[in-house]
This record gives sequence, structure tokens and C-alpha cells, in this order.
Amino acid sequence: MRQTIQLTVNGTVRSGAADGRTLLVEFLREELGLTGTHVGCDTSQCGCCVVHLGGAAVKSCTVLAQEVDGACITTIEGAEADEGTLSRLQRAFVDEYALQCGFCTPGMVMSAAALLEANPKPTEAEILHHLEGNICRCTGYLNIVRAILSASGQGAAHV
Amino acid sequence: MYEFDLIRASSVAEAVAAAAQNEDAKYLGGGQTLVPTMKQRLASPSHLVALSGIPELQGLQHRGGVLTIGGGTTHARVAQQALTDFPALARLANLIGDPSVRNRGTIGGSLANNDPAACYPAAVLACGATIVTDRREIAAADYFQGTFTTALAADEIITAVRFPLPLAADYQKFIQPASRFSIAGVFVARFANRVGVAVTGAAAEGVFRWCEAEEVLAAGFDPAALRTLTLDPDAMMADSFGSKDYRAHLIPVLAERAVLAMS
Repeated sequence: MRQTIQLTVNGTVRSGAADGRTLLVEFLREELGLTGTHVGCDTSQCGCCVVHLGGAAVKSCTVLAQEVDGACITTIEGAEADEGTLSRLQRAFVDEYALQCGFCTPGMVMSAAALLEANPKPTEAEILHHLEGNICRCTGYLNIVRAILSASGQGAAHV
Repeated sequence: MYEFDLIRASSVAEAVAAAAQNEDAKYLGGGQTLVPTMKQRLASPSHLVALSGIPELQGLQHRGGVLTIGGGTTHARVAQQALTDFPALARLANLIGDPSVRNRGTIGGSLANNDPAACYPAAVLACGATIVTDRREIAAADYFQGTFTTALAADEIITAVRFPLPLAADYQKFIQPASRFSIAGVFVARFANRVGVAVTGAAAEGVFRWCEAEEVLAAGFDPAALRTLTLDPDAMMADSFGSKDYRAHLIPVLAERAVLAMS
């Protein structure tokens, strides 16, 4: 049944219509126009659609929009430090060339941000374990790991 | 995915009542299996009754040597909060899927689905845990009834799982690197008067207790003792990631590693 739902997205209350089967990622992209969150595989494997739901990283292609009515969501559009200023993590992705085509990048950044929130100084092994649900077909992950180490204030020379 | 109506239940009683009113209703735990299954149109319920907003299904409680985990508790929470009381289970939870999946997927959902390669069934069976539902308690030995099949009635909800805490335990998982399910996984739990060994991912009939290994280890908790044991390859699954022989070979290897890790 089509219903109006309301979410707090990146600090702003937004509402829109969702069917029972509307996925959170569809709601964000098509109803709210927030197209930074990508749909890669649509089978909860690639991680391009990762957003934060109540502070926890989730794959928004495998969450039903109606189920999270009333929740707080952060998307890649809300990841910047201030309006128009990249966060330290985003800056590190740029500086370390942690993207090529950029399709996976929104999910990578949101996953990495969740990691750094819970574990501000992750080891390389912890970063790799954490990124198991994010697939990048361009970079071979080395520069992504380097960027996350760098954003956490750790030297990345050994990677 | 076919259209359906979503009902958000706020109590177990409300969820059961909603399911009773709608014959084709299904419960939605974390949705990490059910939603992909519905996308493939392998399931098309008329109604989904979401359990994620039910407080009584949440959380872990340790009392008198028993760890009780609410059916709606996510893998991520088990990974964090079972670390002191039951580290092997916390480690198992931390190896399920990936962080985003662990933030949504629940122990009750995993056990209700009983995927033949899921991790939790091995821990439940090895420990002899009790599955608590909205209407009864089911012993682990009676609960698992073959691939994707359990003792649950269609409208029954797992409200909690009660684990008797072992003296020591370990889980060894040979991971399929794409799906992150197990190609074979072995859970070994040592109690004062017995040893439990359960295997997931490998057998055609799903999770099973490896009784021969239990007997050998109960007689002497020695990894070398497992080397004399073999499993029947004909009882194993085969896919592009591992033949029947390969899986039959993996099980004693993983069991030995688990015993070594506990020694």
C-alpha cells in the first residue's frame, strides 16, 4: 500500500511516497532526488548503496523504505564537512587517488566513515575486513586502504 | 519484487495476530535474505510483518551460565556484546556477510531461514541451544530438519535463543570469498561432561552434528585424534567452489584447527 513516509536525511526532515516494496535506495534517489547513493548490483553484494541508518552502515538496496519510516539517514550528500567542503575522509580519497570511475566511491566513503566512527585508528587488516562488502572494480583497493589510513591520521607508506 | 503490504509490529503478540489475519504473510527480520529472495520472485508474500521494531526481541542477557539472545538481535550486536561471555559466538557473528549485512541481519532470521551454509546453526547445534518461540521451546536437536527446513510453524516467531555457555569453543569457517557464506564451517564446543561438534556449509542435508568427532574428543581432547576419522563424501554438497570430496576433506581439517585453537 502506498504511504507517505518521513525520514530525517542529512539533518533535514524529508517526506515522500513509498510502496511496500519501495527500497530505501529507490526512495532516496527517485523520491528525494539524492542520486549520490548508487545502485550497483541491487543484490546487497557490491556496497555502492551504503548509507547510514540510525548511525549504522546498511545496504539501502536491501532495506524497505516503509520499514524505516521516521529514521535518521545519512547519505553521501551529507558526508561533507561543511557545505561544499570535503570531509577529511573524502579529501584523503582524492589525495590518494582512491577512485577511478568513482561508481563505488559513495559506498566506500560511507562504509569507511562508519569504520572510523567506531574505530578511529583501524589497522590495515581491520580496514580490509570492514570493506568486504564493498566492491571496487578499478583500483585494486590499495589506494582506498591508503586513503582510510591517511584519514585516520596514520602513515600509509607501508601499504 | 511483487507488491505487498508492510506491517510494522510493535510487539510479538501484534506480529502473530497480523500474520494470522493474512494467510500469505511472512515475517521480516533483518531482510538480508528475504528481500533478495523476493527480488528474484522466489517468494511473493501478500504481507510482510516487520519484526525490527519489537523491543522484546532485542538484546543479550547472561544469567547462570546461559546466554540468552533475543531473536531480533543483529549479528553486529552479537559480535560486540557476546565478546566477553561467548567469544567464539561473537567471532562467528563477526564473520557473517559484511558489516552492512551484520547491521541488519538477525540471529532469529538466520535460524528461521536455516540456509545450509549459514553460520549460526552450527553454534546452536554444537552447544545444544534452545530455540524459544512465541509458543514453545525447541531443542536444537529437534529444530533443524534439513535444508531451509525447521520445526517452526509458518506463523511462529523465534523470540530468543538460549545458549548454555561452554567451557571453551571455537568456530572455523572456510569462506566462499564472494558470498562470504561457508564452504564448510565447524563449531566445536567443550562442556564439562561432553563435546559438541556441528558442521555447516558442507552437507546436502544442511547443518549436522558430527557425532564420531564428539565421541573421540570427549575421550581425549586431542586434535590428532580427529585424523583417523573420515566423512562420507556422498552426503556432501557439491558446487563450483568445492566438490563432495573436497568438503568431506575440509571438515576434519577445520575441526582440528578449532580444537587446536581451544587447546
